[in-house]
Amino acid sequence: MAPTVIHDLAAAYALDALDPENRWTYERHLDTCERCREEVVTLRETASELAYAAEGPEPPAELRERILAGARAEPRTATVVPFRRRWLFPATAIAAAAAACAAVGLGLWANSLRDQPRVVAMEGGGSLVISGDQARLVACVKDPPAGKAYEAWVIENDVPRRAGLFQGGCHSLPLEEPVEPGNTVAVTLEDDQGVPAPEGEVLMSADV
Amino acid sequence: MSEYAMTLSVPDIDVPREREASDEQVLEAVGRGDHDALGVLYDRFGSLAYGLAFRILRDRALAEDAVQEAFLAVWRSADGYKRERAKPSTWILTVVHRRAVDLVRREERRRGEPLESAPEPTSSPADEDATLRGRRAAVQAALSQLPGDQRQALELAYYGGLTQSELAKRLGVPLGTIKSRMFAGLGQLRELLAESAVSQ
Repeated sequence: MAPTVIHDLAAAYALDALDPENRWTYERHLDTCERCREEVVTLRETASELAYAAEGPEPPAELRERILAGARAEPRTATVVPFRRRWLFPATAIAAAAAACAAVGLGLWANSLRDQPRVVAMEGGGSLVISGDQARLVACVKDPPAGKAYEAWVIENDVPRRAGLFQGGCHSLPLEEPVEPGNTVAVTLEDDQGVPAPEGEVLMSADV
Repeated sequence: MSEYAMTLSVPDIDVPREREASDEQVLEAVGRGDHDALGVLYDRFGSLAYGLAFRILRDRALAEDAVQEAFLAVWRSADGYKRERAKPSTWILTVVHRRAVDLVRREERRRGEPLESAPEPTSSPADEDATLRGRRAAVQAALSQLPGDQRQALELAYYGGLTQSELAKRLGVPLGTIKSRMFAGLGQLRELLAESAVSQ
């Protein structure tokens, strides 16, 4: 996307008026544009003022307890970062182990579905080829350290579902979980048997 | 621990009893895993968050889901909160808004049609915080002073959950026009709110 066009997305981004693809593209742009980050801070601040004018009913009294119970039930280590804005990531998280590799034209997509496949580049390297609710992760990655493996996740509403383990090399890996727009797909480095919830640093991620 | 936590951690405070604790201090305590602090944060922003989610989703159960998910997301990621990026209120409302918008888009796609537009219950509980009431009046007044097309774009995007492309289609104007309306609208709103803050 041309720079002049991408700068136009700031207000829409601040209002959450971008579709997932543009949102992702813009967040990736924010990683590299300090001025845009500053602009977004200001625009967001104004946009969220609109919340004060919303006028709705009061929440049910039990909602507070439900939230606190949810927090108590949650081990804090079993969380993953995708909910944070990408540009809050430390730069090292983006200097990922993955070497970027082109997903298009690999001829790896045995498509029996009617939907036209869509390719989404992942932050950190690699791509997703999405057809209907099925996704394939296409990436070339270095060999992980001994005893480790890469693990893919489909994250919906901050709840990660395990979507496949893989080792070093070039892959076209069908994810074991369906994806829906609004989900995030992420790859972390984990124990080679896999883990119930991601613990390692996010090496690649994309909002679907 | 991140370098952020080292530079910004504050001495432990008794958050629930410390009514004077700033929003930043409460959020930092949430980031350290303090459940009581999460309760305090909910007491400060829960009602506002729910009002916003309800305005977008027009459904009590969905609004509850959105608020619950948003507060749990805040709980999980508060240790990464950076005060130079956003005020706590902005940050929390951004999380709630994003969640509600994602939910309304998914629901409408699933149902194949927009959510029912429920009659809007007016809420002005007697015990509602006077500051909150004043702020609502100020924002509503500022909105009403915006040129109509800018106000419409902001409202359809922020409360309606429409994407910029959907807005352009719905209003039958080019995408570029929508972008400028949103940009100009936010800029004007900012100025109007700054003026009303000065004149108060």
